[in-house]
Amino acid sequence: MQTDLVQKIASHPKYQELKSKRTGFGMWLTVAMMVVYFGFILLVAFNKAFLATRLGDGVMTIGMPLGFGVIVFTIVITAIYVRRANGEYDALTEEVSKAVLK
Amino acid sequence: MSRALFSPRQWLTLAALLGVSFTAWAAGADLGQADKQATNWTAIGMFGVFVVFTLFITKWAAARTKSASDFYTAGGGITGFQNGLAIAGDYMSAASFLGISAAVMASGFDGLIYSIGFLVGWPVVTFLLAERLRNLGKFTFADVAAFRFDQTPVRVFAASGTLVVVAFYLIAQMVGAGQLIKLLFGLEYWIAVVIVGGLMMVYVLFGGMTATTWVQIIKAIMLLAGASFMAGAVLWQFGFSPEAMFAKAVEIKTSLAVTAGKTPEEAAVQGFSIMGPGGFVKDPISAISFGMALMFGTAGLPHILMRFFTVPNAKEARKSVLWATTWIGYFYLLTFIIGFGAITFVLTNPGFLDAKGGLIGGNNMAAVHLANAVGGNVFLGFISAVAFATILAVVAGLTLSGASAVSHDLYATVIKKGKADSVAELKVSRLTTVALGIVAVLLGIAFEKQNIAFMVSLAFAIAASANFPVLLMSVLWKGCTTRGAVIGGFLGLISSVALTVVSPAVWEATLGNPKGSALFPYTSPALFSMTLGFVGIWLFSILDGSARGKQDRDGFLAQQVRSETGIGASGASGH
Repeated sequence: MQTDLVQKIASHPKYQELKSKRTGFGMWLTVAMMVVYFGFILLVAFNKAFLATRLGDGVMTIGMPLGFGVIVFTIVITAIYVRRANGEYDALTEEVSKAVLK
Repeated sequence: MSRALFSPRQWLTLAALLGVSFTAWAAGADLGQADKQATNWTAIGMFGVFVVFTLFITKWAAARTKSASDFYTAGGGITGFQNGLAIAGDYMSAASFLGISAAVMASGFDGLIYSIGFLVGWPVVTFLLAERLRNLGKFTFADVAAFRFDQTPVRVFAASGTLVVVAFYLIAQMVGAGQLIKLLFGLEYWIAVVIVGGLMMVYVLFGGMTATTWVQIIKAIMLLAGASFMAGAVLWQFGFSPEAMFAKAVEIKTSLAVTAGKTPEEAAVQGFSIMGPGGFVKDPISAISFGMALMFGTAGLPHILMRFFTVPNAKEARKSVLWATTWIGYFYLLTFIIGFGAITFVLTNPGFLDAKGGLIGGNNMAAVHLANAVGGNVFLGFISAVAFATILAVVAGLTLSGASAVSHDLYATVIKKGKADSVAELKVSRLTTVALGIVAVLLGIAFEKQNIAFMVSLAFAIAASANFPVLLMSVLWKGCTTRGAVIGGFLGLISSVALTVVSPAVWEATLGNPKGSALFPYTSPALFSMTLGFVGIWLFSILDGSARGKQDRDGFLAQQVRSETGIGASGASGH
């Protein structure tokens, strides 16, 4: 890519907006995923008894719904990002490329 | 072998319930019970149909595989949905299907910890890498990692990282193939391994990425359908009540413990232990280290990263990763139910057990025996054919990835300095494919007795420690230089392999050294080796005062603009 085109894109306000929004959102979601997952793993490591606590009279334990909750959370958080990126971020990208590639 | 659990009428009810017609199989299951010998032929026939069908696809794909771009990326014309299925296919290996259901059967909840670890890497890939990979790369992840750097050293590193990961992953697949065919066809282990090696070479040599992708998609659909049916059949037996299924499994584990000579109190504790975390995670350090390997390893698996180059743009790349995450999450849910189904229907049936009370063919055959228990010999044949197809497809994807590292990164970029023509590059790819096929067969034979799910986690630890840090830092950190990336990357690679060798799993269990003699006490090296990789990249980058280092940092802006917007990225089909 030519240097002047790079400069033109890099200094475009919509590009700045795209970059900061996406990076911020991506980092935030990555941290959320790590908190949920490592939270679960640390529970496994430090408090096995808690996860093996029975819910009610049957054999069902707290760990089961919690574990499945992590699986559902993983899919949902991915969907949230993809939805926003394929809408808002792609619209911004489109604006930038229209403005600089006339 | 054993009697199916369902009468034909129950079969039809279940089929209607699942919205899929299993009428033909229901009829076949009865035939299978009448004549045990014939069933093996049914299984072989099903696998034969799959092979013939995939060979036709390969023939069709071969006609479209003319350029290097066709060979590596199917010309970039795969849709997000198709690619999502293909990624899921790559990820739902026989090691996960057989290994995780076996782990669940053996220790219950611990298997879920394993599955969750394999899944949580996907959001990380989505948020940090997927679209940037698509915008920057062409054929391999080294295209991205080396984008603004001195090509030769970074490519040499990336090719090494790729080949080591591919080798570990291949071992797991080949061992699975050998075990499976030994059980199903009664052939010698090594013959099965040779069959996988040979068929895989045909797919990759002639059909390249197009054939590999479509074989992967077909297999993913078959595997999801088969596993859905098995899990549905298990839950149906318990009136779709997970509580009832868990209760039965606890009861069976308890009575097995009593049989093994435990007092009733001890047995009750042991039986209930499948409902909570057990011995799988031994200490906090191992837990975190293992978690890091699984979470960040996904973002460093070369055969998965390569798939992002088969779609036309960033939007499709994101869609593919969302589809992949959804299918994989669903699949792990199924393997968990299948594992519990194996406790209730396989461990209780003497037909599946050997003289010592273990599973015939080993623990990894849990899902295969369950297929027989819930669906009779015809369904056993179907699941065996699917599992074998799974191995074939994953091995093909791995080999393609290894071949591209050698031909595109080493031959075309390092040796020919980017001046190799497409024809010569293709030729090298195909020669490498043959070489890797032979290596895969030899490794498969050498590692016959290992737990295959564990081998895969080793591959993840290496991917997380070597490939992932270099990729992430080169894409997101301006200060990263050639020197930092190469030194840090090799530190991660070498330390993860070395620590794995001196860990109990390899040092004691594989190499036969006495128990307690392993120098590295933890399950996974990732906490240490991945940290070493990142610190190495950071330290040697900030200490890098060379002219090349300045050039690397100056190149960041152009790379960032392209990675964020896709402007200047190679478009859909290259022709």
